[in-house]
Amino acid sequence: MRKLLAALLLSLVAGPALAQLSIEITGAGGNRIPIAIAPFAGEAALPPGVTGVLRADLERSGLFRAIEVPPLVPQPSESSSVNYAEWKSRLADALVLGSIAVRSDGRFEVRFRLYDVVKQTAVGGVAYTVSREQLRATAHRIADYVYEKLTGEKGVFSTKIAYVVKRGARYELQLADADGANEQAMLVSNEPIISPAWSPNGKRIAYVSFQNKKAIVYVQDVEVPKQNVVANFKGSNSAPAWAPDGSRLAVALSRDGNSQLYLVNADGSNLRRLTNSSGIDTEPSFSPDGQSIYFTSDRGGSPQIYRMPAAGGDAQRVTFEGSYNVSPRVSPDGRSLAYIMRNGGKFQAALLDLNTRQVQVLTDSELDESPSFAPNGRQILLATVIGGRGVLSAVSSDGRVKQRLTLSAGDVREPAWGPLVQ
Amino acid sequence: MRFLCTSLAIFLLAACAGTQTPDSQPPAAVEDRGAGKPGASAQGVPSKPIASVDLTGRPGAAAGASALKDPNNILSKRSVFYDFDRFDVKDEYKPLIEAHAKYLRENGGTRMLIQGNTDERGSREYNLALGQRRSESVKRMLLLLGGREDQIEAVSLGEEKPRATGTGEEAFAQNRRSDMLYPGEY
Repeated sequence: MRKLLAALLLSLVAGPALAQLSIEITGAGGNRIPIAIAPFAGEAALPPGVTGVLRADLERSGLFRAIEVPPLVPQPSESSSVNYAEWKSRLADALVLGSIAVRSDGRFEVRFRLYDVVKQTAVGGVAYTVSREQLRATAHRIADYVYEKLTGEKGVFSTKIAYVVKRGARYELQLADADGANEQAMLVSNEPIISPAWSPNGKRIAYVSFQNKKAIVYVQDVEVPKQNVVANFKGSNSAPAWAPDGSRLAVALSRDGNSQLYLVNADGSNLRRLTNSSGIDTEPSFSPDGQSIYFTSDRGGSPQIYRMPAAGGDAQRVTFEGSYNVSPRVSPDGRSLAYIMRNGGKFQAALLDLNTRQVQVLTDSELDESPSFAPNGRQILLATVIGGRGVLSAVSSDGRVKQRLTLSAGDVREPAWGPLVQ
Repeated sequence: MRFLCTSLAIFLLAACAGTQTPDSQPPAAVEDRGAGKPGASAQGVPSKPIASVDLTGRPGAAAGASALKDPNNILSKRSVFYDFDRFDVKDEYKPLIEAHAKYLRENGGTRMLIQGNTDERGSREYNLALGQRRSESVKRMLLLLGGREDQIEAVSLGEEKPRATGTGEEAFAQNRRSDMLYPGEY
């Protein structure tokens, strides 16, 4: 019943036609793999266009270039014999063929096979039996398969992103597919919402809501419309960051004066203080091994990034260039740190190599905020401001591929990239 | 009025019950609950949130409350402004804070909420902490000047509720601010 109410409420508050993020690619990598994706046999009769989603996914990664495929008669499928010479003459290094068939129970059978045109071999393939609603998700799974086979890294096309939209005086915490489709409101409020953070298993989101006129940290299950208070003390309660095991969160609380870091269990119990400084400590972020916490502190006179043991203890300064370095996020492999630095009068995303100490500025934006790594570490999702309006942008961790995700109406901010789906 | 809204919302919910399937819409949405009880399960009924910050002093009951509204009285001024990334109260605002401290001393039953704000540049979370530091610095001065701990609450809105919405130093300067507010004013 609660689910029913919530779904109905969603339709009331959000309306039936949800505005969706559209993605524009504003840069591309150097060596993109040329791939031919032939329309799947039987696909023309279906609306969503599995190969269209697959092609868009791979191109968006910046690592693939989709090759124009002319109409083929008869339409090839994964069971056709492959004329490698023909695909080679079209300059394809890789080829995807497949088919979609309607089963007697109304579900769909989607099959595909991936070929290495250069080596003239089949790399592999998968068959899925899915409902109509799952066709788009199936396209993302095929993209993940192709991406992993050809690059050796996990694809993130089946992941989700969270972000906050401000429409007029209303704030919406939204979840969407990584390509911006299927936007769903998780929380709608007349007061600000900031700092969404995915639990490591992708089932819960921690966030800060001002619905009670001050910052309070909540955790909400993505499938259960119920807010659970994690931290609601005197002053501000904010900056939730999940420990990698999902049992605890680090938070910033001003209950004892200045903003300081604390650990708290995900159910709000067992609060303990982590830092004891005379300045502001905030924006904790766990290293992937759970051993360290990176955070922002102005204890040295200007906001800089520090690292300390996850159980508390002495902190070491991590950033030295510039007078304003904030919002640290450790890469999934633990080797680099994305953060926001003030560069002249601009606030730009930067990447620090934790071994070599080299800093690379990733964007030429005026006002970047809230960096968030894709779970494979390949891209960093950011909030930025263009023409006075908040948009999301994604930049590859080498700075070469840039995308902009724009919502037709409203300000978008506070993105958080969700974990890999099991 | 709340009851009317509630029943209207329930009616609307019921009216479209036949057209939606819940399973097609995960994850489900939560609307603000009006009860002001964090952790209570969602009612599914949209209504205005009620502040949990309970500052129930009655402004009309306080002696000299009209002074708060009199544009010729320093008490009608409520804002302290700051430089970028700073939270120290400049000397020019000390007479203002002294006047409000005196008002709090003379009206022991009234209360004050101090909201710290920042401009939009930099990190939202750092700005939330900075806004808190700004409001705390005003609170500390008021306490030193005779205000009572149980009269004054300091909170932060960070960069989330800008007074001036433009970009540029003029708007930014307007937004780097602490506001001293009395019951009924927030």
